Amino acid sequence: MLESLSITRGKVGILLAGMIAGGGAVLLLGAPVFWAMVVLALAVLLVGGFVTFQEPISRVPEQHPDDPLDILPPLTRLVLDRLPTPVMLLDGSERVLFVNQSMREVLGPGLERKKIGQVLRHPDVLAAVADANAAGAAANVPLTLPVPVERHFQVHVARVQVAPSITALLLHDVTVVRRSEQMRADFVANASHELRTPLAAVSGFIDTLRGHARDDAVAREQFLDIMAGETARMRRLIHDLLSLARIEMNEHVRPEGRIALEGVVRQAAQVLMPLAAQDGVRIAVEGPPHLPEVLGDRDELVQLFQNLIHNAIKYGRAGGTVTVTLAAEGGEVSAAVRDQGEGIDPAAIPRLTERFYRVDVKRSRERGGTGLGLAIVKHIVNRHQGRLAIESIKGMGSTFTVHLPQAPDSSARLPPGDALPAEVAGTGAAPVTEML
Amino acid sequence: MSEHIVKSFDEQLEALSILVSQMGGLAEAQFADAIEAIVRRDSEAAERAVAGDARIDDIQRGIEDRALKLLALRQPMARDLRDTLAAIKIAAELERIGDLAKNIAKRALVLNREPPAHLTQSVVQGLIQGLARMGRQALGQLKQVLDAFSARRPDAAEQVWSRDGEIDEIYNSLFRELLTYMMEDPRTIGLCTHLLFVAKNIERCGDHCTNIAEVVYHMVEADRLGGSRPRADITSQTAYEGRP
Repeated sequence: MLESLSITRGKVGILLAGMIAGGGAVLLLGAPVFWAMVVLALAVLLVGGFVTFQEPISRVPEQHPDDPLDILPPLTRLVLDRLPTPVMLLDGSERVLFVNQSMREVLGPGLERKKIGQVLRHPDVLAAVADANAAGAAANVPLTLPVPVERHFQVHVARVQVAPSITALLLHDVTVVRRSEQMRADFVANASHELRTPLAAVSGFIDTLRGHARDDAVAREQFLDIMAGETARMRRLIHDLLSLARIEMNEHVRPEGRIALEGVVRQAAQVLMPLAAQDGVRIAVEGPPHLPEVLGDRDELVQLFQNLIHNAIKYGRAGGTVTVTLAAEGGEVSAAVRDQGEGIDPAAIPRLTERFYRVDVKRSRERGGTGLGLAIVKHIVNRHQGRLAIESIKGMGSTFTVHLPQAPDSSARLPPGDALPAEVAGTGAAPVTEML
Repeated sequence: MSEHIVKSFDEQLEALSILVSQMGGLAEAQFADAIEAIVRRDSEAAERAVAGDARIDDIQRGIEDRALKLLALRQPMARDLRDTLAAIKIAAELERIGDLAKNIAKRALVLNREPPAHLTQSVVQGLIQGLARMGRQALGQLKQVLDAFSARRPDAAEQVWSRDGEIDEIYNSLFRELLTYMMEDPRTIGLCTHLLFVAKNIERCGDHCTNIAEVVYHMVEADRLGGSRPRADITSQTAYEGRP
């Protein structure tokens, strides 16, 4: 539109110039020259129709050319575009005039020139926009986007210009606030639930020790052992609840570190080796060298694999092997933790990652489980925008596979020190490095 | 989209698609309210969800009227015809989702009125947590399929279509668990039946989302999503293979 407008302007100019020149020519030189001038002017017009006279203007990206927002100075527009707060401007017919980069990140690409109803469907938001457009009433409504990670916003809507009508829509991210409210509620509920049992046991034994077991040395030893076990359980529980809370708090913030998964897996395995040795379990890490890096938070990923490998040790076969297989496929890096235990009931699999869900409550308690390990794993995977797949065959063991998206342009290779030893990697199919 | 000579035809088609999106937004809000009502024992949310159904029905009638007028007066062809049909079909599916959400909300009202007897608090919490997860999954599916419709993205629709298995799996697991409680203690049947229907309704919502995904795919690609739906992840397959 802008180009064609300027062409029209140019055309009119040429036509005028042609007429004036033509008039002069008639006065001075007579009719034939006049007609020659007219033909010349028409020819120029014809060529002008095909050739753009103007240099292309450098525009803010993804903006429609016939943009009535030309009234916005380029600088303002650039500033709006870089603003970390999602901003959208709408015209009088509720059509999108402008969205900034943050808004595109929240609502996805391809928003320009659409009606608001097609990009933000929530009835309250639509009502607020309609009100602002018609009556200029500013409004403030909550909005929740459930996927990919639940996010909460406060949507501010206000008409900023009357003629032509322009309405601004601004998203204020309140995810952190809502999450912390939610977590406080969850924490109180969970803690009171799960801490009550061990606490009751401990206080019960204290009463017994004060009472008739006061002078019974054998019973005293036994009771103190149980109390130590129960307090250890409470400590683990609090530790897990706190790490879950910390991870949940940041779940909507994508991690930015470039991480080589193999080093992370090895670190996690290293930590768990003493524990594995107690059960006579071996931990093996296998996979091709030079895997692409992933975007991640190192500490969280170490915790993720610690939890998975710890589970594999706990629920695997005593004296068996826990195998971690790394692979890269289709833009994803995966790590599969496989045990040789008795497998999981298929009905339980989809619910394993729920908080405090235990397939076998008694066994989990015996083995020091808090019921939070896989919930933590799932939240970490979510934050990394990855996937967790659980496969299990009864009697054959279970495999927990974490798929993480590869870091963009991950051309950087692992430093040679971190890679698998060459002779192991060279053996072809499933090279295995024993760690114990 | 290439423009038609008659500008108002484009406008009518666009208005139809906006109306469908708007109806989708209402269904999303209603469904979210219904899940909230169950999970947070929030009776206000439940009442909002029950009341919201009337507007959804209104819009569905509006969409049908407009679509009929468009078919009769413009006799749309090819893509325009598919767009028009898609609007009618999606509106019908959304209306069903609205009904299911209303039913869930009504059950939430009943559940909130009578305290959960005969089941321990932690069992009920576990069940509710399962329902919450299912509900969030279904809500995510609904949002994604409506986004796929607005942005005309067949790949996104296909993704929704192939991911329904996850909801089914949670449903199966909840179903078994509830059955066990009811067999153990008949006094829990009242409560468990309500929860079972809530789970079933959420599962049905998931199915309606896959139907919408099929419609969206057909609308853009003029082709059907082929074959039987693949199970979402290998989880269930491998898991069920091992069953004796």
